[in-house]
Amino acid sequence: MGYNNQRIAYGNTLVALGKENKNIVVLDADLGGSTMGKMFEEAYPERHYEMGIAEANMTSVAAGLAQTGKIPFTNSFAVFSGGRSYDQIRQTIAIGKLNVKICGSSSGLSDFGDGATHQAVEDMAIMRAIPNMTVICPADANETVEAVKAMVETDGPCYIRLNRNDYENVTEEGKAFKIGEPSVLREGTDLVILATGYMVGLALQAAEEVKENVSVKVVNVSTIKPLNQKKVKELVDGCRAVITVEEHSIVGGLGSAVAECLRRDKIPMEFIGIEDTFGSSAHNYEDVLNYYGLTKEHIVQVIREF
Amino acid sequence: MEYNKELIRDLENKAKQLRRDVVVSIGVDVAGHIGGSNSSADIVAALYFYKMKYDPKNPGCTDRDRFLLSKGHVAILQYAALSEAGFFPTEDLKKTKEIGFYLQGHPDVRKTPGIEAGTGSLGQGLSIGLGMALGMKADEIDRNVYVLIGDGELAEGQIWEAAMAASAFKADNLVAIVDKNNLQANGPVIERMNSNPILTKWSSFGWNVMEIDGHNMEEILSALDAADSVKGKPTVIIANTTKGKGVSFAENVVSYHNGKLTEETYKQALAELS
Repeated sequence: MGYNNQRIAYGNTLVALGKENKNIVVLDADLGGSTMGKMFEEAYPERHYEMGIAEANMTSVAAGLAQTGKIPFTNSFAVFSGGRSYDQIRQTIAIGKLNVKICGSSSGLSDFGDGATHQAVEDMAIMRAIPNMTVICPADANETVEAVKAMVETDGPCYIRLNRNDYENVTEEGKAFKIGEPSVLREGTDLVILATGYMVGLALQAAEEVKENVSVKVVNVSTIKPLNQKKVKELVDGCRAVITVEEHSIVGGLGSAVAECLRRDKIPMEFIGIEDTFGSSAHNYEDVLNYYGLTKEHIVQVIREF
Repeated sequence: MEYNKELIRDLENKAKQLRRDVVVSIGVDVAGHIGGSNSSADIVAALYFYKMKYDPKNPGCTDRDRFLLSKGHVAILQYAALSEAGFFPTEDLKKTKEIGFYLQGHPDVRKTPGIEAGTGSLGQGLSIGLGMALGMKADEIDRNVYVLIGDGELAEGQIWEAAMAASAFKADNLVAIVDKNNLQANGPVIERMNSNPILTKWSSFGWNVMEIDGHNMEEILSALDAADSVKGKPTVIIANTTKGKGVSFAENVVSYHNGKLTEETYKQALAELS
């Protein structure tokens, strides 16, 4: 075991869970080689549905499958599985609280080469605004494995946002995932960083770099919704500022979710994320993250401003 | 196929009852979808009171046929059928659209017994029905999924995604019925999106196609029964209908897509349907 890529972790976990749970079915829209839905297709071809380049239809078909007792996972790039299929998700799956799992693969800027059309910078905002929807953004591959298990065990609509690229794990392998519970990865007393997805690792590095001068608590918020308001308030209690860090627009994502939790608290906040703009093509992941200020250095700079 | 005259008469009376229920549930001075309800009433009566297997005491039983109202705005017609079939009391129809009530303006799977999935954002019911058809095939449940689509709704591109997918998956347990009443909310269908030639469009997408008079009960039953023996491809029944059928002042009148009845027209409608 032990993966260093969320897509690989996702594909393998679905195969592992599908061995026992025959209700799990997987739908792809011609991108199974990228979403890793192809792993499930190879293992259980009769339970994999290749739906062609038609994400809206795929999503509504999944709704129908859920109504026959299946646990469908719809796979595509986040801009398509979550974005293009918004209406299908809202109307039938979310209003009906159907047991459909939507995988937003290659999310954020992680599909660095393809540019703005393929980089979902607003998917969490869209999914989070839909009533009844659970939104999960795991920090790494280890957490992806456990999150997918929790999704299968929990009835109802759920969106999971995955990164395309390889990177080191920052969470413990095999630690049970509890939907809705943020977890403290580093204790601290001066400032609190709440981070999600790939940015959790950078937040930990930034906290380490400033430790001589500032004591920074780092919290991994891997469930964006529902977010346990009481827990968030406890986590930030007594600190002098809160910083949120996400590979997503600062409009409507983690920062907004945390601000909603703290809306009656007089605590300074800063959002680190993408400043209400679309992504761009780059030759590698690091370049595109640098361009949008999603770096350890930027986090350190913001920490020093408080 | 020959059908017993008494059966046909009973079903025609059921359809008339559904139309009366629709008028009663719309009531006076509140807009309601009388036009598209009345064009579909004979088809819905045939499905609920002749063709489909279901159990109102156990709506979730696995061995059932399923009906999806893709043209979800005529929910009142489906509510009429469900109440006449025993899913809930007929007197509740009058309370349709009351705040918080279980009979919403569009079908809500969480609120109303007998509703298979939420519909109303047009163009999605056929895809949902395909998902159900595939799930039932996987579980070897030998029942059908019936999806009622409006002809104006054919403008939605997703219908054609579903049509191609159902053909690729050889979903022969999926039956689409197009209520071809030729009018949509704001005018004639073909002036907006030209869905003609409708029969060859569907057949070129790989479907078994039948065309019927959607107000002729024998033709409706005959088409529904014939669909059972088609293997390897889905079936579509193009039902030629009259919008507002059975209520003279509403027939083929665009404004009765979602129109209001006055005290006078309410009484007249019920009298014509008695």
